[in-house]
Amino acid sequence: MAAVEVEGLVKKFKETTALAGVDLVVPEATVLGLLGPNGAGKTTVVRILSTLLKADAGSARIFGKDVVAHADEVRSMIGLTGQYAAVDEYLTGQENLEMIGRLYHLTRSDSRQRATTLLDRFDLADAADRIAKTYSGGMRRRLDIAASLIARPRVLFLDEPTTGLDPRSRIGMWEFIASLVSEGTTILLTTQYLEEADRLADGIVVIDHGKVIARGTADQLKSQVGGHRLEFTVSDVAELPTLRERVAPLGVDDPVIDEQSRSLSLPVRGGAEVLRDALRLLDDSGVTLVDVGLRRPDLDDVFLILTGHASEAPSSNGALDAGSSDGAAPVRSGRHALKGADQ
Amino acid sequence: MTTLAQAVGDGAVITKRNLLKIKRVPELLVFATLSPIMFVLLFAFIFGSAIPLPGVDYKEFLMAGIFTQTVVFGSTITGASLAEDLQKGLIDRFRSLPMARSAVLVGRTTADIGNNVVTIFVMAVTGLLVGWRIRTSVLEALAAFALLLLFAYAISWLMALVGLSVKSPEVVQNASFIIIFPITFIANTFVPTDNFPPALKAFANWNPVSSVTLAARELFGNTSPALPPPDVWPAEHPVVYSLIWIVGILVIFVPLSVRKYQSAAGR
Repeated sequence: MAAVEVEGLVKKFKETTALAGVDLVVPEATVLGLLGPNGAGKTTVVRILSTLLKADAGSARIFGKDVVAHADEVRSMIGLTGQYAAVDEYLTGQENLEMIGRLYHLTRSDSRQRATTLLDRFDLADAADRIAKTYSGGMRRRLDIAASLIARPRVLFLDEPTTGLDPRSRIGMWEFIASLVSEGTTILLTTQYLEEADRLADGIVVIDHGKVIARGTADQLKSQVGGHRLEFTVSDVAELPTLRERVAPLGVDDPVIDEQSRSLSLPVRGGAEVLRDALRLLDDSGVTLVDVGLRRPDLDDVFLILTGHASEAPSSNGALDAGSSDGAAPVRSGRHALKGADQ
Repeated sequence: MTTLAQAVGDGAVITKRNLLKIKRVPELLVFATLSPIMFVLLFAFIFGSAIPLPGVDYKEFLMAGIFTQTVVFGSTITGASLAEDLQKGLIDRFRSLPMARSAVLVGRTTADIGNNVVTIFVMAVTGLLVGWRIRTSVLEALAAFALLLLFAYAISWLMALVGLSVKSPEVVQNASFIIIFPITFIANTFVPTDNFPPALKAFANWNPVSSVTLAARELFGNTSPALPPPDVWPAEHPVVYSLIWIVGILVIFVPLSVRKYQSAAGR
């Protein structure tokens, strides 16, 4: 039995349609990454699955239990970490976790023990007896996630879990999520960080305007989008024409030159052998390469092509770079082509 | 565990959580008690100096009224706190837990009784210091305090519905201010209603704030034959009339608030 099964989920808010028929399945002990731009409907899916919101049509089940008809059974199996750290500022970290444990109906001593364990695991042991108001943003976030884990949920919903975390905490969170999954927890994760989905998710569902526009593994999505690209950076702009002349025959499409960054990007078919060929072609050309590499498409490219716009995550993960260097023209045509391929 | 026992247990967990806040932020309680002290002193000495009443000292007449007004205002804490929990996403978290649907509201309103107990105690001591006297028995005085707390508890449930319906705690404060001020002033709280214009007088006579105040006033023995209550049924049976309102408010607003809670969405 799948941990999470969603069929034909529809939700309207007054005039706007948040979800227009979403289907998804999350097998037990896997991570599903739910991707999409702001307002795509990611949070609405999570709210319906965590019994906070009733769908207008369609159904959702957690380990076979309907989220509406068996809401209380569902609630005992799930943990929810929303977009905003939902911790009580006036309680200490320890008290926050114990309270949630008691509300999951763990015994007093179980709650205390779990709270201590989790505070330790999330590096909050030193702050256990301080009120949460004194915590930093990252600490609150970790406390919030610890709270959702207090009763060892079988299914965990993480709505943009690393938004607002510094890079170090983000990597820590990723390691933690991976370890939960290896212990058997099923995770549904929404994110705008494509790197995050790429790294954590076994399966990815991309939604936009309340509809699933693509699904598959990260690798499947990438291969849908297209092949690899060779990228060269030279030391002098004047070398770009020579470079272009030499390597262009290897490409499956015209190279794209960016004089600003003194770079050339060439779509190619095949893998590392193309790179070797390219370097051979440049052997006696006098071109001074500063950098050269074979770049696989990342999820940013996938996202851009599927949704017609770049991911709206901050540029720290390179999402916006992908948007600017790829240009808009191939996006529109690629979008329709892919939609067809997806059916 | 039966459903009821579980609901009581969950409510107790939330009550404890809310009471811990009073302990963690004692300033809240200090200010919550300073303002009633200030009100007692202001009304007793400012209004008291200008309002002569037949047969009873104004300070004695005043106390029941100011108790009622203060506990009714105190009930806005219920609404404001719930609005704050909603805004911070805590209600979302609670709603995703397998806890009783009533627990957050029961825990809130119960903790707010504690708040009112402290406030009433401080006001009573202040009143006694400036000349208020209980002229009946301890039992009757306790009955008066119990009635005040019950009335405040009922209003808390009304405020809970308000708090769950608005987007921010400030809205609760402002909205309730507009409603509570007239309700607690168009009553017998600070002056007898005899000389009110007819419409206001009719409102005041049937206003539950008046009956709670009158009931408390009689239970404290702060009345005088020279100052008879108005000749209307609520004034002749203030305790019964107050209890009817209390039960009525609870019967309507407990289910409405619990229902609202189940669909309340933060942010």
